[in-house]
Amino acid sequence: MTVKTDYEVVIGLEVHVQLNTTTKIFCGCPTTFNSPANLNTCPVCAGFPGALPVFNKDVLTSAIKAGLALNCSIADTTIFARKNYFYPDLPKGYQISQSDDPICIGGHLDVEQDDGSYKRVRITRIHMEEDAGKSVHGGSTSIGVTDGSWSFMDYNRSSMPLLEIVSEPDMRSSEEARLFLQQLRTELIYTGVSDLNMEEGSLRCDANISIMPKGAKEFGTRAEVKNLNSFRNIQKAINYEVERQINIVENGGEIDQETRLYDADKGVTFTMRSKEEALDYRYFADPDLTPIAVPKDYVDAIRKNMPESARTKRDRFVNDYAINMDDANILVSEKHYADYFEALVELVESPKIAANWILSEILRLFKDSSGETVFDLGISPQQLGQVIELIGKGTISNNIGKQVLGLIISDGGTVSDVAEIVEKHNLAQVSDSSEVESVVQSVFDANPSEFERFKGGDKKLMGFFMGEVMKATKGRANPKVLSGVINTLANKK
Amino acid sequence: MEISELTLLELSGLLNSKQITSVELLNYYLNRVKEYDEDVRAFLEIDAEGATEAAQEWDNKRANGEPVPPFAGIPMAVKGNMADTRMVTDAASQILAGFVSPYEATVLKRLREAGFILFGKLNLDEFAMGSSTENSSHFTTHNPWNLDYSPGGSSGGSTAAVAARMTPFALGSDTGGSIRQPASFCGVTGFKPSYGRVSRYGIISFASTLDQVGPITTSAQDAAIIMNIIGQHDPNDSTSYMPDTEAEYLQGIDAGVEGLRIGVPKEIVDHLAPDVAELFSLTLAKLEDLGCIVEEVELPRLELCIPTYYVVAPAEAAANLARYDGIKYGKRYESESLEELYLKTRTEYLGVEVQRRIMLGNLALSSKEVSGDYYMKAQKVRQVVRQDFEEVFKSYDLIVAPTSPTSPFKLGDKTEDAVSMYYSDLLTLPSSLYGGAAISIPAGFNGDGLPVGVQIMGAVFDDATVLRLAHAYQAITEHHTCIPKDFS
Repeated sequence: MTVKTDYEVVIGLEVHVQLNTTTKIFCGCPTTFNSPANLNTCPVCAGFPGALPVFNKDVLTSAIKAGLALNCSIADTTIFARKNYFYPDLPKGYQISQSDDPICIGGHLDVEQDDGSYKRVRITRIHMEEDAGKSVHGGSTSIGVTDGSWSFMDYNRSSMPLLEIVSEPDMRSSEEARLFLQQLRTELIYTGVSDLNMEEGSLRCDANISIMPKGAKEFGTRAEVKNLNSFRNIQKAINYEVERQINIVENGGEIDQETRLYDADKGVTFTMRSKEEALDYRYFADPDLTPIAVPKDYVDAIRKNMPESARTKRDRFVNDYAINMDDANILVSEKHYADYFEALVELVESPKIAANWILSEILRLFKDSSGETVFDLGISPQQLGQVIELIGKGTISNNIGKQVLGLIISDGGTVSDVAEIVEKHNLAQVSDSSEVESVVQSVFDANPSEFERFKGGDKKLMGFFMGEVMKATKGRANPKVLSGVINTLANKK
Repeated sequence: MEISELTLLELSGLLNSKQITSVELLNYYLNRVKEYDEDVRAFLEIDAEGATEAAQEWDNKRANGEPVPPFAGIPMAVKGNMADTRMVTDAASQILAGFVSPYEATVLKRLREAGFILFGKLNLDEFAMGSSTENSSHFTTHNPWNLDYSPGGSSGGSTAAVAARMTPFALGSDTGGSIRQPASFCGVTGFKPSYGRVSRYGIISFASTLDQVGPITTSAQDAAIIMNIIGQHDPNDSTSYMPDTEAEYLQGIDAGVEGLRIGVPKEIVDHLAPDVAELFSLTLAKLEDLGCIVEEVELPRLELCIPTYYVVAPAEAAANLARYDGIKYGKRYESESLEELYLKTRTEYLGVEVQRRIMLGNLALSSKEVSGDYYMKAQKVRQVVRQDFEEVFKSYDLIVAPTSPTSPFKLGDKTEDAVSMYYSDLLTLPSSLYGGAAISIPAGFNGDGLPVGVQIMGAVFDDATVLRLAHAYQAITEHHTCIPKDFS
């Protein structure tokens, strides 16, 4: 949809990031994903009488890392607050979150737009909080209960550590919102604090959306849209919501300040809670947790050990390895791509060739695989390095090289040496002209009429003969040697 | 000498010299419960089987000459809001009817490891909210000094059980006076440690910034012995105080009190009933006999403690009690909709006083437009009260006042009037709000033969000085050794 020119769209995002600490935020339960229901629970995270929270310091470290990556100020003292509301997945009847004194405030992310320009989106705050559990409703076969009148509670996710990152309403289109979220994700992946996997729910996003006449100073009334669970849906949901709001305003209506949900199947947003139903969360400092002092030297130590950011890495790839900007952007878009590239670049002469192999072959194979990272493909950077080296030496052709990658995977690690695989499958390039000659001769013999036309000057048939020879040698004939042999033999006769 | 008159050190001596076995000692107390608790109704549950098993184990160890901790084999009973894993922990509320905790409170674990044997859970006002034990959803506990009278509350079951010597000591919990006021009413020694001294892990929360567990005993020395065990840092409670060295409460309790400077708030005079005022002046004279310097001090904002407390405590309670929703454990009112389930479960199974405080608390926490920011204002007043007390403690070692403005009241006397019940907390609220240690010790009996207590308040973490003065007073008086005649 194109937004009518006379309206401006205003978007702010609230991003929830599940941290990958080994234990939960206020107890020692493991954070393992997909465990049997209620296995990862204890009196604390299941809200039993008398149980008390104890803050996991690893969460503080992760929050500070995320804050530094997004150019935030880190608080000297940070306080947990209780957010009070009733829901069965909330075992204590309140969520331990932060209100007045969050861990990080006032950062920004410079979001690169498609035209290469940057747009700064300000970060209002980042706070730490615990996740809620999950309701599983009867009537679904997954839990083996067909009676739809029952619901079941799984508190494995209860008290999993979360960061909530709140942006200022600085985005002006659904595209900008998507780019912000994608680049936020990339920056955070490099800090190592989270897996940031939207499918597994370790990255979740709500959007505050409003419209105003272009050039207006005051924002319109906003609607909050929840449940945006993929990059594509974020853009679609915002577009839908903007269109809905424009329609209301154009027809003389007013936008309600409300909370809406996005239905990905129907592609629409619908009211979840109206303004009248808005909850008063009755925030107050959690009396079970004392204020947390954050010493400056603690923050400095984290700052000193911060891993290289995605953007710094990208610029280094461009400057040190002469990789072009678009390719470098792809290489750093996932940390494991960049890690793979950096391992490979040490082993081969040309960084450019290394990048090309990753961007074309490795990423293609990865997208068809079920692995979590490119390292799970079963082709180590060392093996790819050997392939590239064999091509450079002329031992195998480029195309055979691609074939070898497939064989490394199908050999499943039983043969790790690439030269051995080439030998085992008899893939070495045939550059010996006498060997090639005999194949060419037999192809000429099998195709007498084409041979006559070729001899008569129909040079287009060169391709035909090369193809036939490649077929006969299973691609092993050295193409440079081959074309010379075809010409020589044809002229001889 | 009768066993019921012995101190913890004396009981330990009997056990270690094998003059009595732990099983015999336990049976002695189980028999007293059988004989007296029909009248007093202090106990919610007895675990004779588990306790006997534990007692037998200590006896076997002693018989085999294995090393055992000094107090191994001494029985104890605790307030019904403390989590053990064998008996029901329902805080005397229907909403937790039948609930057995899957884990053990830190204080109970510490005492168990020190050899004490838990044999019973004691009655309380529901969720420790009340001053008479009449808010228990089970039954009302009676004062052993006169069964028509209230034992006080909310730890009334604990103080009544100790007064009737149905247990050598008990644990109570104190949020605004719930150990001290019933200790005063029952003529026993009740100690509220400084906030942070004793772990709250496993104690059903009422108001998190005020709740403290403490011993209810027959002497200050026994209280110090129990404090040495429970008054240590606990990593499971983030508000637990961590001193540089292990906390020590017993050592130096005999050091004497000559020259201690005692402040007596002059504002209390108008609030005291005549019988309390009379016994209190006798107490002050005794303190002077001990060599203390007793002077009047000013605490002009003392009365603000009541409204402050009745905003802060309900606000924290409102959130703390939100987990009792019928979803995970305890009682549920089966319903067609979620909203009805919440509504019915909480209105049917929470008592009137508890519901009143939840509503007060939620109002206090509500947005500024709704509540006028009650909670934040109360926190500010609390800060002012704290400063007032800190100021006094710059010039005085301790503050002394009666524990309760009145002697024990009759059961049923105040149940209709919540606010007058709240006012009986006037003298116990201050140390809860500023966080210091305080003890109630018996100071004599009024004309009706009912006990009256006196309270010693110390600065934050100065628990040892509070215990030292209480011990010195008990060394020259005998009120604390008196046992109601029907129970001796």
